[in-house]
Amino acid sequence: MAISIEHYLVLSAILFLIGAFGVITRRNILIVLMCLELMLNAANLAFVGFSRALDDMTGHIFMIMSLTVAAAEVAVGLALVVAIYKHRETLNIDVLKLLKG
Amino acid sequence: METVVFYVFAALAVAGAIVVVTHSNPVYSAISLVLTLFSTAVLFVLLHADFVAVVQVLVYAGAIMILFLFTVMFLNIRPEAFKFDSKYMKFKISVFMVLLLFVGYFASLGFSRGLKRSYTESVDFGSAKGVGTMLFTDYLLPFELTSVLIVAAIIGVVAIAKRRDG
Repeated sequence: MAISIEHYLVLSAILFLIGAFGVITRRNILIVLMCLELMLNAANLAFVGFSRALDDMTGHIFMIMSLTVAAAEVAVGLALVVAIYKHRETLNIDVLKLLKG
Repeated sequence: METVVFYVFAALAVAGAIVVVTHSNPVYSAISLVLTLFSTAVLFVLLHADFVAVVQVLVYAGAIMILFLFTVMFLNIRPEAFKFDSKYMKFKISVFMVLLLFVGYFASLGFSRGLKRSYTESVDFGSAKGVGTMLFTDYLLPFELTSVLIVAAIIGVVAIAKRRDG
């Protein structure tokens, strides 16, 4: 018996929500970035799952585009993290509120 | 067989994700994220997306996670306990939002009933040849535009990291 598309969608939802929960609750900016990756990965899983269900490979193309954006985002994000850490000696996003008047 | 593989790697992916969110040490979080991404790659193989699975392992579990681990070890940060008490209200709000998302998601699952179930077992589906053909014909412009994005990211990273006044 083959696994249906709903299984993949529910798994994708679970992974996405765990990631969303982490983004909201964690205070370490590095962990927040990792949870963002988790959410993007869950979206990719949904793309590939739908691609299989609809028998259309456009989902694969979209997954590769999303992967590229994720890689660029991580590179810039981690560079910012390093710069912030050099400047402020902390990664707690409750402390990093310089822009807040 | 397929069912067993799906459930084993789905469980691994969820377990890894939970460790990412809850563990106090960022190094363990990063390693668990590798586990989750790798399990997802196995699920991609189950979905007949071979090329995408390979890309997932190479780029995500390889390059991106190396970047994460390098940053974690470069910064030498102390583990910070995962605690709920200080932000109790924020915690309740986030739990509510997550549950709301979940309910909305399962409600929307009903719309996926009409999806096609019969697969034409094409040889090219998900292979490097199939994906490559699409990428270089129908999606050539988006593909080339991603290179602009990557160049922008590289220049941005160098500009941010190179500043000496810090």
